[in-house]
Amino acid sequence: MSEYKDVWVFSERHDLMLEMLGKGREIADKLQMELGVVLVGFNVQRKADELIRYGADKVYLVDDQALELFQLEAYLSVLHSLATSHKPQVILIGSTRNAKPLAARLATRLDAGCAPDCAKLSVDEQKRLVCERITYGGNAATKIAFRAKPQIVTIPSRAFEKPAPKDRTGQILKLDVKIEAPKTEIVDTKPLETSAVRIEDADVIISCGRGLEKKDDKVLLDELASVLCGQVGCSRPLAEDRKWFTEWVGLSGHKVKPKLYIACGISGVIQHVAGIRDAKVIVAINKDENAPIFELADYGVVGNLYEILPALKEALERQLQ
Amino acid sequence: MKRIIVCLKQAVDVSQLKVNPTTRQLMTASAPRKISDFDKNALEEAIKIKEKLGDVEIFTLTVTSEDAKAVLREALAMGADKAYVVNDPSFRDVDTLGTAYVLAEAIKKIGEFNLVLCGETSLDSFSGLVGSRLAELLDLPQISSVRKLSFEGDVVAAERVLEDAVETVKAKVPVLVMVTREINQPRIPSLMMIMKASKKEIVTWTAADLGVQMDKLGSKIEIMEVLAPKTERKKIRITGENVQELADKLAKALIQEGVVGRR
Repeated sequence: MSEYKDVWVFSERHDLMLEMLGKGREIADKLQMELGVVLVGFNVQRKADELIRYGADKVYLVDDQALELFQLEAYLSVLHSLATSHKPQVILIGSTRNAKPLAARLATRLDAGCAPDCAKLSVDEQKRLVCERITYGGNAATKIAFRAKPQIVTIPSRAFEKPAPKDRTGQILKLDVKIEAPKTEIVDTKPLETSAVRIEDADVIISCGRGLEKKDDKVLLDELASVLCGQVGCSRPLAEDRKWFTEWVGLSGHKVKPKLYIACGISGVIQHVAGIRDAKVIVAINKDENAPIFELADYGVVGNLYEILPALKEALERQLQ
Repeated sequence: MKRIIVCLKQAVDVSQLKVNPTTRQLMTASAPRKISDFDKNALEEAIKIKEKLGDVEIFTLTVTSEDAKAVLREALAMGADKAYVVNDPSFRDVDTLGTAYVLAEAIKKIGEFNLVLCGETSLDSFSGLVGSRLAELLDLPQISSVRKLSFEGDVVAAERVLEDAVETVKAKVPVLVMVTREINQPRIPSLMMIMKASKKEIVTWTAADLGVQMDKLGSKIEIMEVLAPKTERKKIRITGENVQELADKLAKALIQEGVVGRR
């Protein structure tokens, strides 16, 4: 009988915490363990009940002014202290730019393994946690199991659906923990200059690639996007080489998970496809009938995007009436 | 005099990686190797710091179980002063913790330094854990996701890009910094730089030279499989006499899929 037990979830971002609770609940049930949440911050106690409604059995609450901002050493010392005294078997950590180093350092401090950025998690017949992630620039999916405990996994945002809240009860444990002083000083924080809406949040994305001849032709995509309440994206060359966009969809850019992804004039190199793998339906529109994108799409149309996009917009408007 | 240690991974060049279509296995053994892209940005940043401050020494450090000379020659040609490589067959199956442990031991052997620079993640395994693990093992202040870096005396100032914010962070040296690809555009060495680099020193160590404890190299994770992902797409080709017909059929299919709706 292992001394490690329970599945824990942590994120400094509340939305990501809720997303992980559904999957965390499923894993905990399969392993016949409890689901714990680590709630860290300042004046965050009010969030505890909601976390229980979303599936947590226990909320480990550390509320301290020193935790108001995310500071690596402070948060790390809290998680390390809790994990050392309560010995969770699995710790799921939301993979943000702040918390991924936290996960790596927690794993190091606990002499443990870490499986980063896993968008698929399951429990196999031997009750082993199996994590899956994309590697080799989108060329491979790697399956990882653990040889040591605790098992630390980082989870990208939008990998899992937020579960439906339920009327349920749980335990809130308010804890005092020694908090390490940060080794770096935050001197300024400002909002990131970016498009107003995050492309990760879009249900419909219409993306263009090198098949788009002029920057102004983007209006064709904008018009279709407005009919579908979608967003416009692009592949890396349009952003990096032509500078027509500031951001792109792909492994090195935004990884998206829309209901519908329409790839216009995008050939379908592996790095781009790795960023859209989780789309529900992929449509490819391309002049070249041999473009690799057609092998990776649900619906393919061979043709000129300059003709097809306006016609598709008109057809959708008519059929959706 | 400041000393910067840049950690360089010899990575599989994923753009030249081939996949066996029947077994879905990756042919990694035959794929060419190169300096992992993000690490190249780290090296470029070190060279920029040297160009600005003058009195700076740049060492690169690589942990590998393969021959890495060609890759290290490129690093020296770009502008590193000396390349350290810890090459040992026992590193073949190490995970990120084992790699960070060997890097830490090598850095301790090198001795004094002001800055350790790492790439945010690696081109091939894309884990992004080694830099953070190394900071933990060396007990260093760590600044990750950095797109801008400067020295103000003994203090490093860095601009970090987060999901929705840009954070400016300061820390006193010695410090470990992980850089993103947007921080700079790595230079391509000139022929003259390549010739000059052949005279620069490559120091090769083995695990024994560092007194590496073999039990610390055991991987905490097990790689169960690495396979090209299966594509489970419908691959339906929409055909028609004219553009109108193509558009009508596609619109109908999307409505039936339930992925488009009225506002």
